[in-house]
Amino acid sequence: MTGRRKRALIHLADATLKFGKDCTDLLSFTGELADCLYHAVKNPKKIRWRETLYYMDMCGSDALPIVGAICFLMGLILGFQTAVQMAKYGGDIYTADLVAYSITKELGALMVAMIATGRAGSAFAAEIGTMKVSEEIDAMATMGFVPFRFLVVPKIIAMVTVIPILTVFGDIAGIFGGFIVGTLKLGIPAITYFNRTIEVLTAMAFVQGIVKSAVFALIIGCVGCMRGFQSSCDAQGVGRSATSAVVTSIFMVVIADAVLTFLFTSLGY
Amino acid sequence: MENPVVEVKNLEIGYDKTVVLKDISFSVEPGEIFVILGGSGCGKSTLLKHIIGLYNPFKGEILIYGESIVKADENEKRRMMKSFGVTYQGGALFGSLTVGENISLVLEEHTNHSKDEIDKIVDEKLSLVDMDKFRNYMPSEISGGMRKRAGIARAMALDPKLLFFDEPSAGLDPITSAELDRLILDLSKKSGATMVIVTHELDSIFTVADRVIMLDSNSKTMVAEGKPQTLLENPPIPRVKEFLTRSGLKRKHYCD
Ligand SMILES: Nc1ncnc2c1ncn2[C@@H]1O[C@H](COP(=O)(O)OP(=O)(O)O)[C@@H](O)[C@H]1O
Ligand SMILES: [Mg+2]
Repeated sequence: MTGRRKRALIHLADATLKFGKDCTDLLSFTGELADCLYHAVKNPKKIRWRETLYYMDMCGSDALPIVGAICFLMGLILGFQTAVQMAKYGGDIYTADLVAYSITKELGALMVAMIATGRAGSAFAAEIGTMKVSEEIDAMATMGFVPFRFLVVPKIIAMVTVIPILTVFGDIAGIFGGFIVGTLKLGIPAITYFNRTIEVLTAMAFVQGIVKSAVFALIIGCVGCMRGFQSSCDAQGVGRSATSAVVTSIFMVVIADAVLTFLFTSLGY
Repeated sequence: MENPVVEVKNLEIGYDKTVVLKDISFSVEPGEIFVILGGSGCGKSTLLKHIIGLYNPFKGEILIYGESIVKADENEKRRMMKSFGVTYQGGALFGSLTVGENISLVLEEHTNHSKDEIDKIVDEKLSLVDMDKFRNYMPSEISGGMRKRAGIARAMALDPKLLFFDEPSAGLDPITSAELDRLILDLSKKSGATMVIVTHELDSIFTVADRVIMLDSNSKTMVAEGKPQTLLENPPIPRVKEFLTRSGLKRKHYCD
């Protein structure tokens, strides 16, 4: 084997090992989270509601404009690209089908997840990392608190409730983007496009996107927090943990998307 | 003699595989102000964090009120941790809560006091460290010295009989740092609490210490133990004398 090939192979092995370790870390993190969530459900008074609301605000309402804009543009782009192809076969109206299905089943959830990764995932990692640097996590532990309950549970609850709602908004914005192309560029009457969308869209397509987005939210929240706890105790370490939170989240989200899509399709949805 | 509050036996500590300190043994008696002294980076904070149970030592035993924090499981550890207070180098106040909330949080979590009672205790603790005017400030809005004082107030929230301080006066101007020393001395007199103080500054130890141990980064162990005056008059190795006299304190406090 040549030196270069060997090195490439070593790189690949390294990356695989790292990914394996990330997966096992994430699993044990999720295990600890499940334990904490179980306690939280048994004793809801103990949940830090104020923090939870803060994160709902941060991950949800604050992200609304950007989610609206990106999903709308996504629908618009998708509409244009479809229209060009469909025009060849004189099937303009199928633009409505394609936009509706792609957005609700796939792109809405995925786009919202990407935005949430950049906004919330990195913020979680940086926040927890900074708390490590300033010894706040140590202080929490020596005050007899479980840092998980204070730092992770509110973030996860917020993410898992708010991201699916954002996804619904994103879906609507995306379909509206397709609608604009359909009516203005293709000249399909508004009511025709609208009816077609309603006709083809099944509840299950929506549900599929929502379920996906909840899973993505869980992944993004967990990876962000986990990277924060793994951060080394210096400023550069915090920066690295924020970066790696984003990279790992995107990777895991795409893998989860593949698995879920496979599952849903094999179930016949 | 009463049982020691903290007992450290043949401790060997460090991170991953690197040993930072070894052969550490000492005990802290009730009501004592005990100072852990040493140059920057010699492992004082590391030692403190092991004593309070944040990390597990490679070897050795740590007893707090006669109970091993090394062998304790998570729940036992949490219970033991509630019995003492810790103030960290930078105060370690929770940034998302006000100064007052930082203290009330501890009380809400660990006591059954009513809201009014908690309110009263918070005021009382804050006035103890002369911070009552800053109750509604965020930690980012107050100075470093104030943060440390608020950290002390928070550590005292549950009236612990044992307090740990990590560099209480580091990074403060001489006047503020002297005030902080006086505050600690005051608190120890008022509450009779045992205090373990980690510092690399000499001002603080000579004014407040009952007993001192000194750590050394070259030999990775403790090189001296005793009353500050004794160490100064009879240093076990030359390096101790060098360290103790370097700051000019000798002149100020003992030769005037
Ligand atoms: N989290 C850590 N991981 C690895 N090594 C550390 C860590 N914290 C401190 N050290 C090392 O341990 C030694 C002692 O550090 P520390 O206890 O912070 O010193 P001090 O508080 O006396 O200034 C230093 O050499 C430092 O590099
Ligand atoms: Mg230190």
